[in-house]
Amino acid sequence: MPQSTTAKIQQLIDQKKHLSGALLPILHNIQDQYGYIPKLALPLIAKTLQQTEAEIYGVISFYAHFRLQPTGKHIVEICRGEACQAMGSKQLEQAVKEQLAIDYGQTTQDNSITLEPVYCVGNCACAPSIKVADKVYGRMTAEKFAHLNDQLSTYTVNLTEQANEEQVMEQRK
Amino acid sequence: MTINVYIPRDTTAVAMGADDVIKALKFQTQLFHLPENKELNIIRNGSRGLFYLEPLIEVETAQGRIAYGPVTVDDVSSLLEQGMLHGKTDHPLCLGLTDKIPYLAKQQRLTFARAGIIDPVNIDDYIAHHGFKGLTKALTLSPQQLVDTVKDSGLRGRGGAAFPTGIKWQTVLDEKKNEKIDANEKSTQKYIICNADEGDSGTFADRLLMEADPFSLIEGMIIAGLAVGATQGFIYLRSEYPQAKIILEQAIALAYENNYLGQNIQDSKQQFELELRIGAGAYICGEETSLLESLEGKRGLVRAKPPLPAIEGLFGQPTVVNNVISLATVPTILAKGSDYYQNFGLGRSRGTLPFQLAGNIKQGGLVELAFGCSLSELVTDFGGGCYSGKPIKAIQVGGPLGAYLPKAQWQTPLDYEAFAGIDAVLGHGGIVVFDDSVDMAQQARFAMEFCTIESCGKCTPCRIGAVRGVETIDKIIAADNAEQNLDLLHDLCDTMVDGSLCAMGGMTPFPVRSVIKHFSDDLMPTAQQQGEK
Repeated sequence: MPQSTTAKIQQLIDQKKHLSGALLPILHNIQDQYGYIPKLALPLIAKTLQQTEAEIYGVISFYAHFRLQPTGKHIVEICRGEACQAMGSKQLEQAVKEQLAIDYGQTTQDNSITLEPVYCVGNCACAPSIKVADKVYGRMTAEKFAHLNDQLSTYTVNLTEQANEEQVMEQRK
Repeated sequence: MTINVYIPRDTTAVAMGADDVIKALKFQTQLFHLPENKELNIIRNGSRGLFYLEPLIEVETAQGRIAYGPVTVDDVSSLLEQGMLHGKTDHPLCLGLTDKIPYLAKQQRLTFARAGIIDPVNIDDYIAHHGFKGLTKALTLSPQQLVDTVKDSGLRGRGGAAFPTGIKWQTVLDEKKNEKIDANEKSTQKYIICNADEGDSGTFADRLLMEADPFSLIEGMIIAGLAVGATQGFIYLRSEYPQAKIILEQAIALAYENNYLGQNIQDSKQQFELELRIGAGAYICGEETSLLESLEGKRGLVRAKPPLPAIEGLFGQPTVVNNVISLATVPTILAKGSDYYQNFGLGRSRGTLPFQLAGNIKQGGLVELAFGCSLSELVTDFGGGCYSGKPIKAIQVGGPLGAYLPKAQWQTPLDYEAFAGIDAVLGHGGIVVFDDSVDMAQQARFAMEFCTIESCGKCTPCRIGAVRGVETIDKIIAADNAEQNLDLLHDLCDTMVDGSLCAMGGMTPFPVRSVIKHFSDDLMPTAQQQGEK
């Protein structure tokens, strides 16, 4: 990786290193920026916090949220909690895996979606749930997911909204 | 003239389309429908907790707020045509005055009194709705008086373990009380930690509160700090709650700006600093000692107790670790008095608990009630039965480590002791309903599987026991020496209960045993039943 990446990561580390128990905030800061934690970051973190690389790796590997590999453009998480199970999440899980032709932990061939399980997103009254990045979708079905998948996998220019705005301007005149 | 319209920014409301409804509403009102000389003011409140009605739109009128829901994008134009912005009640989605909706009117909202009413990131709105009254009172009391007030209220930890909050506070208050502050000032630093790692499936009370009324949590934490002599607080929030993160960040910043946090709170010379920390997808970090490790920047391995966190907690210092709901209830107790609070409830379960109706349920949502009502009242009167319209077969109470209850047990009063009496737990108040299509053998298997995934790995009964548990249940399901394997499973459950360091391994047997006891037909069908299948 280029020198600038090293400098950038060091900067991300330095932003949080003063905190007590700084490791998790540092890891979040890096992953929020890159979508994963580049291997290059490990020695930098270890040196800054005066810990071993093994310790840093141990922490990263403990937490499901942190990843050392890049993902697809979108991370789709299917909730596997009991409340979602009660609303048919196992069938949904199967349908999604078939639609995307991947299993958990894998990424679609076009690199658009990485599929992960999640254990509760707190939307249990309107289950089953799927989470895409920071957005939760409730009452998910195989059909709704097919539609969502189309949206996620296609690059779209939203002409309707633009057209709507023009229409409004027209009316105002 | 402004028309105030409330549309929640709550995770579930948005998951059900609230943002799209707002887009449609803005677009349509730009084109037509907006009365002369009127402006639309959309307020992003928290949810009222009536999730089956989300997205719920409320329009402010002279009589109060009129509710419409659940609203989809397609309903917006007809709602506007039928006078929603004037508070007209003709539209089929109109629910009348929000406060009169029976689901809400029948509740006893103490902790969630402001939820859905205020704008969560408007501190003036919070103050206008009795916010910081508890803190104002607290600033006039001594630490011991504060601890006594919480003790007298009978408040017990709402995270699940139900330990008396006041006694925990007393321990931290008494710790190092007489120790002189030495050169290394850190030696007397105490901490208040809010456990917002709400990982139990079927629970969302913490999330709802943080997204609807974050200042009540902040206020509760400041009071806890005053009570035990802690000047630093942390909220440990799970990473699965991004919306709560955004709202808490804003609320904390506002509390600092308005001098409710910092070095001289409301010119009282009292100090309290508060920091938000984000977890990283580990269920075990909801266990308090594991949470402490995580906050210290380590793997979330549980610690052996003793020492209790109240004596040696974060960075080895005396630490209060309380659940979101426990802390957010403290301002109410201070403002209204411990008598007021402990008048709710029964036996040793005082006050209210926010029950969360989830899973296969027609009317899911948050129901805050005094302890003592029955499960069947909750799931039928409030919940309206299964979403699928089928009969209910089992109800899991208290998250993934809670027992599955058969119909015969649904009359048990919802209080800590009564539930302990039937080998069940109330936990954090999550209630997950399953209809008759559920295969309970699979649910027992999942309990063990969940433990294999989320075990921190520190102690053997949990780390290895859960793996053996899945294997053994698979054998029972496959009718492979079922009787002997069932004995083995019982034995394994005993080992996990007796030998695990924390509730993860120690309580995983609860759901498993409840299935063995109450749903054995699913686990070991008789020859005749197998023929029917």
